[in-house]
Amino acid sequence: MSVTTPRQTRTTASVAAARGPSLKKTERREALAGALMVAPSVLLLIVFFFIPVGLAFLLAFTNARLISPSISFTGLDNFTRLFQDPLFWKSLRNTLYFAVVVVPLQSAFALLLALLVNEKIRGTNFFRIMYFVPVVTSIVVVSILWQFMYQPDGLVNNVLQSLSFNVLQGTDWLNNPAAAMPAIIVMSIWQAVGFHMIIWLSGLQTISPDLYEAADLDGASRWEQFRYVTWPGLRNTRTFILVTITIAALSLFAQINIMTKGGPLDATTTVVFQAFRVGYQQQQTAYASAISLVFFVLVLAVSLVQRYLTREKD
Amino acid sequence: MRSGTIRPIALASVAVLAAGVVLAGCGKADTGGGSSSSGGGSGELTLWTHNAGNKEELAVVNQIVADYNAQGKTKIKVQAFPQASYNDAVVAAATAKKLPCILDTDAPTVPSWALAGYLSELNLPQDLVAKQLPSTLGKYQEKLYSIGYYDAALAIFTRKSALQSVGARIPTIAQPWTATEFDEVLAKLKAAGKYQYAFDLGTGDTGTEWWTYAYSPFLQSFGGDLINRADYKSAEGALNGDKAKAWAAWFQGLITKGYAPKKSGADAFADFLNGKSAMVWSGIWSTANLSKLGDDGIFLPPPDFGAGPKIGGGSWQWAISSSCGQKDAALDYLKFSLDSKYLAMFSTKQNVVPATEEAAALTPGWKQGEPKRFFLEESQKFAMIRPPTPGYPYLTTTFAKATQDIVAGGDANQILDRAVKDIDSNYKSNNYYQ
Repeated sequence: MSVTTPRQTRTTASVAAARGPSLKKTERREALAGALMVAPSVLLLIVFFFIPVGLAFLLAFTNARLISPSISFTGLDNFTRLFQDPLFWKSLRNTLYFAVVVVPLQSAFALLLALLVNEKIRGTNFFRIMYFVPVVTSIVVVSILWQFMYQPDGLVNNVLQSLSFNVLQGTDWLNNPAAAMPAIIVMSIWQAVGFHMIIWLSGLQTISPDLYEAADLDGASRWEQFRYVTWPGLRNTRTFILVTITIAALSLFAQINIMTKGGPLDATTTVVFQAFRVGYQQQQTAYASAISLVFFVLVLAVSLVQRYLTREKD
Repeated sequence: MRSGTIRPIALASVAVLAAGVVLAGCGKADTGGGSSSSGGGSGELTLWTHNAGNKEELAVVNQIVADYNAQGKTKIKVQAFPQASYNDAVVAAATAKKLPCILDTDAPTVPSWALAGYLSELNLPQDLVAKQLPSTLGKYQEKLYSIGYYDAALAIFTRKSALQSVGARIPTIAQPWTATEFDEVLAKLKAAGKYQYAFDLGTGDTGTEWWTYAYSPFLQSFGGDLINRADYKSAEGALNGDKAKAWAAWFQGLITKGYAPKKSGADAFADFLNGKSAMVWSGIWSTANLSKLGDDGIFLPPPDFGAGPKIGGGSWQWAISSSCGQKDAALDYLKFSLDSKYLAMFSTKQNVVPATEEAAALTPGWKQGEPKRFFLEESQKFAMIRPPTPGYPYLTTTFAKATQDIVAGGDANQILDRAVKDIDSNYKSNNYYQ
């Protein structure tokens, strides 16, 4: 995308230059039309995104509350308190734990599913739809359903018992500090894996069948085909998936808010959940803004590092 | 080429126009609401209430307004909101300086709204105020900002037969259980084994306010509190002193000893009715369902853990906004609405504690010696309002989280010390909410 746009403008410009000054007017009209067309969305973006973000950055350095008679600048007070707040560090650890487990697991699992549903056999469409259904289901609905399944006498424990002939006795998944986060990880992967499967699939389908044919003729095994044809062919898809899963994982919130509220014993509190709780329930707008600002810097840093590591090295 | 560029321009301008119209529409709608709420020439006052989802309560409010309007003085217009979005609506209206003249508020939010300048002091006649239950008065720094038609009250609901089967004394308001007595009852009920749980605390509710409303009275009965009420500046000693730590140990013990479930069912009272628990901690709103047990169903005062039995106090109350242009008219309406006849209507239809003795006398079931009288006496003797400080939203979330962590099995003393540290640093950072 970022490669094609400048090239297109360059062509239009050179064409206009070649035809001389008589067409300058048309060009200006086009520019005007373009400006008018982006105007509505830019307006909405400014009002509902840039202004709130700007405000959040400012508020992080004040003592504003949701309902406060006056606001004054307090410098770095919010940040000093934040960095001394054990709950913040716990939230950060939980968030990173979630991301470190989910990013590789979910992308690998999605790739596996994509490879499976990319086979040219009957019924792949059925499986594609099955894997994609959780994605189009609201995360709120999914969370509530899994909450029932994770109950002590819920579906998960019943299945465990019957599959293991009563050897495995499950736990009260969401109320056990050791089990709550893994439970949420499993559920989150199940819910989102279909989306990344589709992305991988689109990547797989851009690889020319000729390459596989040639590899076949050269006597390459299935593994060698994957290693030397498929994997290099998925380069751009890989970067895209890595960045999107990482950002999605870092902003874990809905599942937590519905299923555990950060508990038990802070085992599942995350940075975004903490910001939400501080901002809306405790009405500490400024402190919540400070958390958001730190979170923004964190996500930006992670994305930049990823961009750097996956850059085109030519 | 030319026509190709004109059409996008036309489309874009249509889109921009449409967006403009929408935005202008929003603005217009706002001013419309504002002009009617501030009163102005028409002499109409707007009243906001949270009970759009509660038909019966809203019907009484509408009845009062209809009677008042029939007098031909100022006209009142009712605007009802669903409870979930009510506070947001008030905060948004206050920010836009478009608060209605008369509005209702939940008791614990009164100080923060008073500090923010949303509310004006109520200059009601002293004899009218003196008749009210103390917990129906919303005061902040000795000034009255809100007044309620009713209160709610908590109680232990149980079966008479369950207590008799273990030979337990039936406690009364004059003679509640002591801590030791209560512990014996729990142990005997547990040992008898007829009920899975001796005492269901109702921990299935994840909403913050239930945790503070329901469980901080136990803490206060032990002699602790959410914050030192002398100056409302620090929780040191109140929430982590020996008494608070004794409360935390007792509370956690209820779960570790198996008397209470760690996480109650979605409806703890239904579990009680179905015989899952012998006693349940619930409120006056459960009396309607208790009748299913006939004479066997009874309600008891909470035990006295040292500082006397305590229950939570303070429900929805009425206030006048500071931006109201016709405060006298609004006050006149409030006085009119506080008539015993109307208070009695609320308690008849709503299962709530009437705010005055006169209203109780007009409500069936509430006279001296009648069963519901119990709740009025509880409210008079045991009710403790939640700390009236603008920092309450922080206090309640911190306390609720600490209690949830204690129930989850964390180190209770450490949790309380942490909570105190959080509260103190929050109060300090907010200049003690002054």
